Amino acid sequence: MKHTLAVEVENTPGVLARVAGLFSRRGFNIDSLAVGRTDNPAVSRMTIVVEGDDRYLEQLNKQLHKLVDVIKISDITRDAYVDRELVLIKVSADAARRAEIMQLVDIFRARIVDVGPKTLTIEVTGNDGKITAFEESLRPFGIKELVRTGKIAMLRGFKAGSKNINNKEEEES
Amino acid sequence: MRNARILTTHVSRTKFINPRPMSHDSRLILEEFALEITVAEALVRCLEQENVEIIFGYPGGAILPVYDALNKTSIRHVLVRHEQGAAHMADGYARVTGKVGVCLATSGPGATNLVTGIANAYMDSVPMVLITGQVATGMVGTDAFQEVDITGITLPITKHNFLVKEPRQLPVIVRKAFLLASTGRPGPVLIDLPKDVAQAKIKFKYPKTVVLPGYKPTIKGHSAMVQQAAKMMMESEKPVIYAGGGIRIANAEPELLQLAETVCAPVTHTLMGLGSFPGDHPLFLGMLGLHGTRYANQAVTECDCLIAVGARFDDRVVSKISGFAPAAKIIHIDIDPAEIGKNVRIQLPIVGDVKNVLGAILPHLTKKANTSWMDRIRQLKEEMPLRYKQEGALKPQFVLEKLNEYKKDSSIVVTDVGQHQMWAAQYMRFNEPRSFISSGGLGAVGFCLPAAIGAKMGAPDKTVILVTGDGGLQMTMQELGTAAEQKLPLKIFVFNNYRLGMVRQLQEFYCEKRYIAVDFKFNPDFAALGRLYGMEGYTVETPEQLLEILPRVLRSSAPVMVNCIIDREEDVLPMVLDGSNIDEAIG
Repeated sequence: MKHTLAVEVENTPGVLARVAGLFSRRGFNIDSLAVGRTDNPAVSRMTIVVEGDDRYLEQLNKQLHKLVDVIKISDITRDAYVDRELVLIKVSADAARRAEIMQLVDIFRARIVDVGPKTLTIEVTGNDGKITAFEESLRPFGIKELVRTGKIAMLRGFKAGSKNINNKEEEES
Repeated sequence: MRNARILTTHVSRTKFINPRPMSHDSRLILEEFALEITVAEALVRCLEQENVEIIFGYPGGAILPVYDALNKTSIRHVLVRHEQGAAHMADGYARVTGKVGVCLATSGPGATNLVTGIANAYMDSVPMVLITGQVATGMVGTDAFQEVDITGITLPITKHNFLVKEPRQLPVIVRKAFLLASTGRPGPVLIDLPKDVAQAKIKFKYPKTVVLPGYKPTIKGHSAMVQQAAKMMMESEKPVIYAGGGIRIANAEPELLQLAETVCAPVTHTLMGLGSFPGDHPLFLGMLGLHGTRYANQAVTECDCLIAVGARFDDRVVSKISGFAPAAKIIHIDIDPAEIGKNVRIQLPIVGDVKNVLGAILPHLTKKANTSWMDRIRQLKEEMPLRYKQEGALKPQFVLEKLNEYKKDSSIVVTDVGQHQMWAAQYMRFNEPRSFISSGGLGAVGFCLPAAIGAKMGAPDKTVILVTGDGGLQMTMQELGTAAEQKLPLKIFVFNNYRLGMVRQLQEFYCEKRYIAVDFKFNPDFAALGRLYGMEGYTVETPEQLLEILPRVLRSSAPVMVNCIIDREEDVLPMVLDGSNIDEAIG
């Protein structure tokens, strides 16, 4: 089973190496890992997707906790959460098929961010299901290049108090 | 800037008027004025604040400013012959004293030479702070002379490490390093200090508290779990206590003794746990696992409740997981939650400081007798004693039995790694805490001599006996120079079989006796070697020769090297072969 871990770490140099190094040396496999700082510049948030049974996850959780830079780990897999991933896809698009592709872009609420003579570059955000579906629909046209950010996730509702203030600030700006 | 200058003149005038040495108070006042000092000087001040008495180190270019600053302190510096020696010395010192061992080395090769010693301390949870020089920050990443990424290299073998980038951070980093090294599950912490940072000037103030948001070791056991554990112990008719190195780290020897006597549970121990329960006690079972006593392994196999305290179910203890304590409910008490359920499934976990948790369990217990279990234990001990054949060449087991007989309870025995180490664990008895020092988790050959130097410096009033091999001694024997320089009367017993006995034994059992690369066709005369370093040197080949010198050399205040020519064919037995259960040992 796939698990989504939200890991808060101190935003110090080398923290990513510490976390990534722990995965490799203890034999854990990372499905995806996304990292960026939070509203608090001293804290970064990693969203890590890993596959394994409960015992495996428990051991991973404990080992991660032993890293001094790791502040908090939440396995949010079983909670209600929103997750998003951003994907850039460069797809072959000659004049004849552009309209068809643009229709798909519309349906999936994606965006065209670059138009080349023979290609379109498309940006799409969404959860895993949507991204996969979009990718599959574009495949017949010929995907030239694809890059994913890795999943980021957040619990729904008011569990994390500080985030609320942050949202307000974003709205104002 | 102007203010600082005024303060300087003020202070120097005070000094002129009052030429007495600065008192502690006036020093504090100086700190209030916060004159700027170099980071290197600040580092030495930090070490003074942490009550560091001894530093083991080796100088070099990048660490030059720190060594320069050491001129102005009363902290003793021990110049080693190889940085690995420094790390093992700090390790031995820490194990004997319970304090943080401190090492100093330069960048590049100085730092990489520490690596084995750091890994060793990490595996055995020994509190250490290692300070390495680094090339100047502007040069970092350019493959500069004597540059290595030591924080990167030691990432998996330190509890934590720091690269000091900002001069002002240093005092906070040092405080954090000592805090991390000595609390929770202890371990080595490395501080990498670039040369330009060491030379920069800061206003020195040592922080009383530091913030580590991600570091909260659990000390107190969960109260429901504590009660449940007490209930399980009281209900058990055949309990066994499996004691590890955590007992010594937590100073929980009195609680362990009380627990064993109250619930009437025999105590088996790991290599790291040796010394945490009196070896002369009737409930003492000796070591379990790969080369454990047959009766300890049998008792674990038959027990209905296994109480694991400060131990980590290492593969050398457990062997085949499915066959380990198959009839037992397992209670596991450890400060490191990651150890619980890592190798073996546990019925009742308690995370917490071992001393604290045992202290909390004890009031819930009442005295038990477990009469039939005690009869069974007595029977097992009679049926399957440790034994060896007393014939032919000098037997290592005999040497150890005699060493055991003549040593004082207060003596500290330090071993290297290999056959002699296992024989020492089997045939010697330890009744005092911290009296047996050995490299367990890493199994670092070469540990004995430097660790013994550190142990002797940590406990100068105690006799330190080295049980080492011809292989182990030759791996770090340059430290004989350090021992001589520091005038340490070490009692070195070389178990000399002109070969790497343990590897040979592995080849005997697992490679159908196809021996390769295990014989030393040349060994120096160790007795003569000892004399070159100012020691008394003896060679013994028979029991009579041994008995003739043994009482005298242990009593004397001289350093002694005893070259014991032992039986070359002797194996460490019993032995649990790969893939067997612990009760299926051979020999």
